[in-house]
Amino acid sequence: MTKNIMIVGVGGQGSLLASKLIGHLLLSEGFDVKVSEVHGMSQRGGSVVTYVRYGEQVYSPIIDKGEADFIVSFEKLEAARYVEYLKEGGRIVVNTQEIDPMPVITGAVSYPKDLISKMENLGITVDAIDCLSLAEEAGSAKAVNLVLMGRLSNYFDIPVERWEKAIEECVPPKFVEMNKKAFLSGRGK
Amino acid sequence: MYSEEQVMEFDAGYLFLSYQAKETRKDIHMKQLMLGNKALARGLYEAGCGVVSSYPGTPSTEVTEEAAKYEEIYCEWAPNEKVAMETAFGASLAGVRSFCGMKHVGLNVAADPLFTCSYTGVNAGMVICVADDAGMHSSQNEQDSRHYAKSAKIPMLEPSDSGEAYAFAKAAFELSEEFDTPVIIKMCTRVAHSQSIVEPGSREEREPKPYEKNIAKYVMMPANAIGRHPVIEERTRKLTEYAENCRFNRVEMGDTRIGIITSSTSYQYVKEVFGENASILKLGMIYPLPKKLILDFASRVEKVVIVEELDPIIEEHCKALGLTVTGKDLLPMEGEYSQNLIAQKLGEKVPSYKSLGENLPGRPPVMCAGCPHRGLFYILSKKKCTVLGDIGCYTLGAVAPLSAMEMTLCMGASISSIHGFNKALGEKSEGKTVAVIGDSTFMHSGMTGLANIAYNQSNSTVIILDNSITGMTGHQQNPTTGYNIKGDPAGKIDLESLCRAMGFRRVKVVDPYHLDECERVIGEELEAKEPSVIISRRPCALLKYVKHEAPLTVKEENCKGCKSCMRLGCPAISIKNGKAVIDSTLCVGCKVCQQLCNFDALQAGEVSA
Repeated sequence: MTKNIMIVGVGGQGSLLASKLIGHLLLSEGFDVKVSEVHGMSQRGGSVVTYVRYGEQVYSPIIDKGEADFIVSFEKLEAARYVEYLKEGGRIVVNTQEIDPMPVITGAVSYPKDLISKMENLGITVDAIDCLSLAEEAGSAKAVNLVLMGRLSNYFDIPVERWEKAIEECVPPKFVEMNKKAFLSGRGK
Repeated sequence: MYSEEQVMEFDAGYLFLSYQAKETRKDIHMKQLMLGNKALARGLYEAGCGVVSSYPGTPSTEVTEEAAKYEEIYCEWAPNEKVAMETAFGASLAGVRSFCGMKHVGLNVAADPLFTCSYTGVNAGMVICVADDAGMHSSQNEQDSRHYAKSAKIPMLEPSDSGEAYAFAKAAFELSEEFDTPVIIKMCTRVAHSQSIVEPGSREEREPKPYEKNIAKYVMMPANAIGRHPVIEERTRKLTEYAENCRFNRVEMGDTRIGIITSSTSYQYVKEVFGENASILKLGMIYPLPKKLILDFASRVEKVVIVEELDPIIEEHCKALGLTVTGKDLLPMEGEYSQNLIAQKLGEKVPSYKSLGENLPGRPPVMCAGCPHRGLFYILSKKKCTVLGDIGCYTLGAVAPLSAMEMTLCMGASISSIHGFNKALGEKSEGKTVAVIGDSTFMHSGMTGLANIAYNQSNSTVIILDNSITGMTGHQQNPTTGYNIKGDPAGKIDLESLCRAMGFRRVKVVDPYHLDECERVIGEELEAKEPSVIISRRPCALLKYVKHEAPLTVKEENCKGCKSCMRLGCPAISIKNGKAVIDSTLCVGCKVCQQLCNFDALQAGEVSA
């Protein structure tokens, strides 16, 4: 059975490294893996989506509505935007950071309130975490992606050493220690 | 050039950490996840391809960027796709396997050499990649490039994942040489920009094929072309026979109550929905299409359904064969397909999901903080100019709150169109209409339009937005930047001299961070009674060598909450509790907003030690 992880966020937040890390790890765990992302317009501060699918044999490169086992979101509004992609019984792992989109910046609309409790009221399991603070503690605000991956790792039956090995293989040597630290702080144990 | 320090790569608008450069160069034969475009480049490399010339265009760009990482391949960015294809043709003629890559609309530009190199055929193998963009993630139209294969009578292969992109690229060269024809590989966004497993092999070094003078084959004047046309028709007959039983097309028999003929990424969606519950004819060669293979498949199933994105190419072929098929009567011509769309349209079960039932604010792409285009568009908006635009990041000038662009058609059209606009309206438009075009787009096909203005003398004002890079596609070098695709010093075309050489007496350069200067110069050039060029010059704020100033700060007691600064649409500025707030993580200290503040509320930041 193919499993689906959807990584969503705002252009510039580092979701490419997150999908690279997890794709690399799942491949080394022996799964067939497909990772799909869209380059171009969506990255000028726009909403970005990456699909990671794995299993014995994966066909479609994309995740459709009602299919995601996990939605891993770098930003609160983006988690809410893609909630329809979540499978029944799926889980949302979300960085509680708020990044105002242009319609909010210009004052045309306000940033929606209580998004997490609204999702929870639908019966969705939401794991919310302040990744930005943890990333800054670990040494760089840019490590939000690794904090989030650390949190996600709790839901996988893959030993922490193998996640760490994947970090070593995907991140330039001088950033490995900082990224591992961020990962472990997100993992929380 | 890919040293340890350079792993902070720029990719399509944002930084990410990557070892990709190193990975590509390692000749390891290990299973790995590879982007479709990178896999295609790997196939080129292993096939012994020696010359690559392309123009960037989403979603095709990475094929050439990845190919450039192999030292064995000469690789370049050409000024446009026509030049790229002719360069690849020249290399093939000389006896070296060659390649050119482009997006779907780029093939329109290269259509001229395409149709005739079908007639000449090749010497060494020549492969053309065209990447379609169903869903228009980053394109101005949704045209289906498969029409080109049919009309130019050139074989076209259509991979459905990275593994096939890799294998088809290698096979395409053999096909090209065996049938004496260029071969097109058609990608789409989901194949180009998805990673799946590839197991790379080794490069096959090839001696150049000898070049032999052959006027009848290579000089396409009427007498010779008349002789070549029957050769091409015969070639197509042979290729059709080849398609009946080739490695690119395969039948996967399952439940025979439904038989699906499909290709490309649609095949993956069909497998996702039906698995073994349908029989599938998977076409990897989309031109020429087989006849017997399709008729035989149809005879083994109860009904035939065609699943293909965009136009009904396979469907019309089947109907011409006399088959009754289902296709575009159920499935859309517009947009991308997906597993749910196919399941729903073909009466299969679709997963349920929960919905927030709330309209959430959109998150459209915006010009980056510190984007040099912003100041210029602010002035054009303030002066209520009619702005005829072009293709690039600056097309975002059409978006609110600037809303300062009224036309975008295709590469170079801003300049050609302003000439027509002003010829049509004369003095009624000349004093308030401008064309805006980026540096790379200008080199691509703005120059010829400018020659028309110089020659036929319309009183037009052209603004070249020179941000010293090809921005939208993710920072590619171009003939005005002084660097080549590998980042090494290269020839540099001087825009001012070029415009003057064309006969423009009025050529001005402005810094778009200086609003007063921009406003004055634009005003002067619109008033002038002769054609003029304004070069708005400042490098893209995301370029690595661009030094950022300290972020601005807001002096709260001065801020009246008048929102003048908000007219810029800068993502780093917002209003909280009636006062302007600067996001220090985004602000690059360009100080354009400061020039709009009448109350001295926006202050230059302290440079931290």
